[in-house]
Amino acid sequence: MKIFLALIARDLTLAIRQGGGVGMALGFFLAVMVLLPLGIGPDLKLLQRIAPGALWITLLLSVLLSADRIFQPDDDDGSLELFSLGLMPMELVALAKAIAHWITTGLPLAIAAPALGVLLNLDSSLFLPLLAAMGLGSMALSLLATIGAAVTVGLKRGGLIVSLLILPLYVPVLIFGVAATAGQNAMPGVFGSSLLILLAIALACLVLAPAASAALLRAHMK
Amino acid sequence: MRLIADKIDCERGGRRVFSDLSFTLGSGEGLLLTGANGSGKTSLLRLIAGLGDPAGGTFSIDGMDDDLAIGQRSHYVAHRNALKTALSVEENLAFWAKFMGASDVAAGIERGLGLFNLDHLASYSAGLLSQGQARRLALSRLELVARPIWLLDEPSVGLDEASCKQLAAAMNSHMDKGGLLIATTHTGLGVSFTKTIDMSEGA
Repeated sequence: MKIFLALIARDLTLAIRQGGGVGMALGFFLAVMVLLPLGIGPDLKLLQRIAPGALWITLLLSVLLSADRIFQPDDDDGSLELFSLGLMPMELVALAKAIAHWITTGLPLAIAAPALGVLLNLDSSLFLPLLAAMGLGSMALSLLATIGAAVTVGLKRGGLIVSLLILPLYVPVLIFGVAATAGQNAMPGVFGSSLLILLAIALACLVLAPAASAALLRAHMK
Repeated sequence: MRLIADKIDCERGGRRVFSDLSFTLGSGEGLLLTGANGSGKTSLLRLIAGLGDPAGGTFSIDGMDDDLAIGQRSHYVAHRNALKTALSVEENLAFWAKFMGASDVAAGIERGLGLFNLDHLASYSAGLLSQGQARRLALSRLELVARPIWLLDEPSVGLDEASCKQLAAAMNSHMDKGGLLIATTHTGLGVSFTKTIDMSEGA
């Protein structure tokens, strides 16, 4: 457990000092949210209707933006090899990297989403559902991103391939995430069940993604 | 404890690098790997550490009752230094000490910094180190936790004369304490090895 926390703490320190992590994802999120109303025009009703979907799609893209950097720096400097000689199994290394990625990317975006939603005239009754659904959903996104990152860890410029590989896996999260935040008027009673399905997806990813990533990383090193 | 390599074959990209390599290394012994570029020195170290599977043959350890893998008993210092340039010298060592399960992280860091007199650079960013200093920092990992097997891939590259002597002293004291040492070199390391394998011969 101490080893696990040490790895997360190191990744968080690196993300804060090197920038690129929190700043890039938040900056991208902010840029899209500012530009979208300008591009679509001042139709408040329309903006309100598309707000949850727009927020979710931007969240997906922000997570993808940093996905290929999850294992790449550690592979470049040889840290990844030393990880495999550590006392902690690779599965837990992959899980720690996913959690660090979530804390630096998905979580800040989920917290910022209601505030940025104001720019899209987001219904204020959706603030809490959005926060909950995005918090859970982005956890699943980060876990899935580690699989894509592990596949392309040996490739320079693997970003595009990561996106192509894991976008299909993101579709269920997007569908149920948008359903959970569509609001009581559009889809009454759907919030609870959608949130539960998001939770189920996140938990399934929590089990499967580290195992898949670890297997891929081992294959890469051999 | 003894490390036994039994009829190891190594293939890389479909090419046979070496085959039928066997050796036994006991406590306090050192093995030097020499040979031309591409003769498989680094490949052999990686195979021992478990970073790859041999095409044939097995590595085993006897005289130990826990079931750790060879890699988990080994310090592996390769060409890449595994340093984070955004962290300070001390933070780099602290992370690896924790990651390798040191029981006393502070004492480990102190030993690590002491090995190559890096104390005065402790709070310095690792990104500002010179090539040789970064190499010394990477080698300082050897002292963070006690592991019985040292796998060193051309450890002296980039080191100045004084650091080479300190490295030789560290390797000698490791073997005096009953540790196993396997190193590759082109230049000589100033340590008397028990065995030498010239990798070029098997090719």
